[in-house]
Amino acid sequence: MAINSYQKKNSLQKQKQKRNLRSSVLAEFWFYFSENRGAVIGLWVFLFLVLIAIIAPFAAPHGPVDQYRDALLVPPVWQQDGSWKFILGTDAVGRDILSRLMYGARFSLFIGLVVVTIAATGGILIGLIAGYFQGVLGTIIMRIMDVILAFPSLLLALVMVAILGPGLINAMIAIAIVLQPHFVRLTRASVINELSREYVTSARVAGASTIYLITRTILPNCLSPVIVQATLSFSTAILDAAALGFLGLGAQPPTPEWGTMLAEAREFILRAWWVVTLPGLAILITVLAINLMGDGLRDALDPKLRRS
Amino acid sequence: MKKLLDIKNLSIDFQTAGGLFRAVDQIDITCDSGEVLAIVGESGSGKSVAMLALMGLLPWNAKVSAELMQFDSKNMLAISKKERRKIIGKHIGMIFQEPMSSLNPCFTVGFQIVETLKLHLGLNRAQRRKKAIELLELVGIPAPETRLNAFPHQLSGGMCQRVMIAMVLASNPKLLIADEPTTALDVTIQAQILNLLLSLQKEKNMALILITHDMGVVAETADRVQVQYAGQKVEEQKVESLFQTPHHPYTLALLSSLPERADGRKLPSIAGLVPGQFDRPPACLFAPRCSFATSLCNKEVKKQSNLLGQALCNFPVTYTQQKNAGAKA
Amino acid sequence: MSKTIIEAKDLTRHYTVKKGFLQKKGIVKALESVCFKLQAGKTLAVVGESGCGKSTLARMVAMIEAPTRGSLEIDGQIASKPTSQGQRFLPAIENRKSVQIVFQNPYASLNPRHKTGTILEEPLLLNTKMQHAQRRKLAEKMMERVGLRPEHYDRYPHMFSGGQRQRIAIARAMILNPRVLVLDEPVSALDLSIQAQVLNILTDLQEERGLAYVFISHDLSVVKHLADDVMVMYLGKIVEAAPTKSLFEKPRHPYTAALLSATPTINPAARKKRITLTGELPSPLNPPKGCAFNPRCANASNICRTNAPPTEVAADRQLACFNPIV
Repeated sequence: MAINSYQKKNSLQKQKQKRNLRSSVLAEFWFYFSENRGAVIGLWVFLFLVLIAIIAPFAAPHGPVDQYRDALLVPPVWQQDGSWKFILGTDAVGRDILSRLMYGARFSLFIGLVVVTIAATGGILIGLIAGYFQGVLGTIIMRIMDVILAFPSLLLALVMVAILGPGLINAMIAIAIVLQPHFVRLTRASVINELSREYVTSARVAGASTIYLITRTILPNCLSPVIVQATLSFSTAILDAAALGFLGLGAQPPTPEWGTMLAEAREFILRAWWVVTLPGLAILITVLAINLMGDGLRDALDPKLRRS
Repeated sequence: MKKLLDIKNLSIDFQTAGGLFRAVDQIDITCDSGEVLAIVGESGSGKSVAMLALMGLLPWNAKVSAELMQFDSKNMLAISKKERRKIIGKHIGMIFQEPMSSLNPCFTVGFQIVETLKLHLGLNRAQRRKKAIELLELVGIPAPETRLNAFPHQLSGGMCQRVMIAMVLASNPKLLIADEPTTALDVTIQAQILNLLLSLQKEKNMALILITHDMGVVAETADRVQVQYAGQKVEEQKVESLFQTPHHPYTLALLSSLPERADGRKLPSIAGLVPGQFDRPPACLFAPRCSFATSLCNKEVKKQSNLLGQALCNFPVTYTQQKNAGAKA
Repeated sequence: MSKTIIEAKDLTRHYTVKKGFLQKKGIVKALESVCFKLQAGKTLAVVGESGCGKSTLARMVAMIEAPTRGSLEIDGQIASKPTSQGQRFLPAIENRKSVQIVFQNPYASLNPRHKTGTILEEPLLLNTKMQHAQRRKLAEKMMERVGLRPEHYDRYPHMFSGGQRQRIAIARAMILNPRVLVLDEPVSALDLSIQAQVLNILTDLQEERGLAYVFISHDLSVVKHLADDVMVMYLGKIVEAAPTKSLFEKPRHPYTAALLSATPTINPAARKKRITLTGELPSPLNPPKGCAFNPRCANASNICRTNAPPTEVAADRQLACFNPIV
């Protein structure tokens, strides 16, 4: 009798386990991710930014390019002469800074997304080829990547933009090209690592073609470090785009891009601190949040760093 | 008389993603000077973890509790970390399974031995070097003077294990714990290392705890054997009697599944798997795989007397039973 | 006498290694002139210490690499022979189907991102024109055969224990219905109680389908239990080969004798005096002159230090030694 009930309990437990198996991968991921407090905070801040970017047209008190000629350089609400109409004040031509920052989040996230997508796709493709064909082809690819990496990244982006002409799209392409070698190196390293594993040999014995081997067998196993690199590149992309914007080579005024806002405001740095500080703070918070999140992702995805 | 090492009721839990995991469940370990104790078990039986707990080498998420943990008449539970480190370094030595990764690849073998000597004996430079050469000679390394300048990657696995043993012996430990010392080595090298360990143990009258999963190694080296299953100690006997009359059904099944003992082409195997974190049986952990189990085994489990190898079993196997089974076969 | 399925003739594999910048390239003779025949339903065990070339032999027989010299014949047809410089070796599809391999470490030999079902069906997907439903049916049949439950079909390898993973690996190797299975230390990474389960599956499959096994192992007790013939290798060469019973009863090569003696027995009452070999396996990059075993051999005479012993075939035994044990 006791055995029976025990077996029943056991099989019930097994069913429950089966249901949990799918979510258990996620649960394990969350366990390791949430262990890192900073990463969780970063995640929340990032989600908040995404939300703001989405609801900007409804939530922003003013249009991003609406100029209030009677309210130039109004300070934030908590300062003397501040008004509730412009919570974070206005800039030199009377545009509401809060609204511009909210719209700016859209640009920054868009830049991050596009740049990382271009850089990662190109980088992974080239990395797979360089890793799989380690002979002459691989060596040539890696030397080219080394050359790109040898330039200071912002300088190279500047040169590219100078060739392509200023503008947000061109700046994004330039940044993507600069970031892409990191993906190539990372992918190549993990491809070489995976190639020596037995399951790859096993697929070969089963008769897998080169294309099958690269795309179906090796690629999925190389992705976790690339995902981590992608989050970290996200913040670099935003930062570089802001820098190009600041230099006047990225988004052109009156686009409410944070870097461009900084550039427009630099002559008022002594008279009106808020015009300069607030976009800078927005960049800082975004980049910090994404970096923290990336650290957590690495902890959760990279089994080598797992503590138990 | 007091034993050199006396551990009672040791339990170790790990905090994991799925909750608490009990790696070691109320085990006792005793070992005296001049004795070779073998702890046998499959992976996950908690055999290494218990020893790591004694050495204080467990990761942050482990919780250790014990009724008694005494080494050389000192209570290891009560002393400070600093004191524990002192005792461990000087009186307890431990060697591991992977000799290649136990040595630091950045430094020469000589430098690493001399570092240990500096820590424990504090001789001067020339004396330390002389002692290092002596130690390498002791563990049977040819041309020790030149080997001092070798890096670990220039030596074979067997040589690295010898160097590890030499380093451990530097402080003249009273207890040597060898955690699967020969698993990564070839059979001919395994024979060399086991011979070396046993002769050193006799010579220095050390206590030797040998953690292994290899029944052959146990049979050739141990005085006393304790068998572990899923974190519990299920049986303890002198080596001769264990191999002759195992009392716990698990030990019996394990021994008869060895290819050496099989008569036919088919091996008698133990069905099922070692229970994991989520399917832990309520009382006897071996019950779901045991051919002797009844409903009682899912309610409670009794520890038998010394006469029956302290078997953790309600229905321990006796000599006559085995004889009958043998006659039937 | 049953038909020979697979025959190795003078199978040799050399690797070139760079010793360092601007230095001459070295040659590692991983496998040197190995010959054997294997019949259906038989097991040929290959034993030796690490670095003796047994894994290279496994790769040759499974046709993962082409030999440097010699050939591998299946049913009397050449299946694998040296390829010209730089050409990638690709065995013919029917040969690939008849020889499959099971690796030692079940934690590395299964793709961690694929489910059991995908792993099992991959060889079918690549080599046959079967429909999905058909493939699934075959995979489920194979799973049942090796003792896995149907619900395991949708699980990832990391959810299984080592023994279960090795069952998956065996099922995958068996799914194309091969005639030869190369087993590269299939149980040495497994726990004792699981080892017996897996060995039983292997013996059952062999009896059912008349499979031939090339069983690579360093565990002599398993070899003694399972094998019909044993080949002992040392530094890339066969030193002795004979039927299991006669080899274990009467080893003739001093190395075989030492290997048998070094293996611990499980009878504590009969702790024996071992023949302990002194010294270590020499580096394959720089093997000793003459017989490779001479620096560690008790029987070595002058000729052993200058000349390599020829392989002599007498009765059912292959032996390469000048001073064999009588």
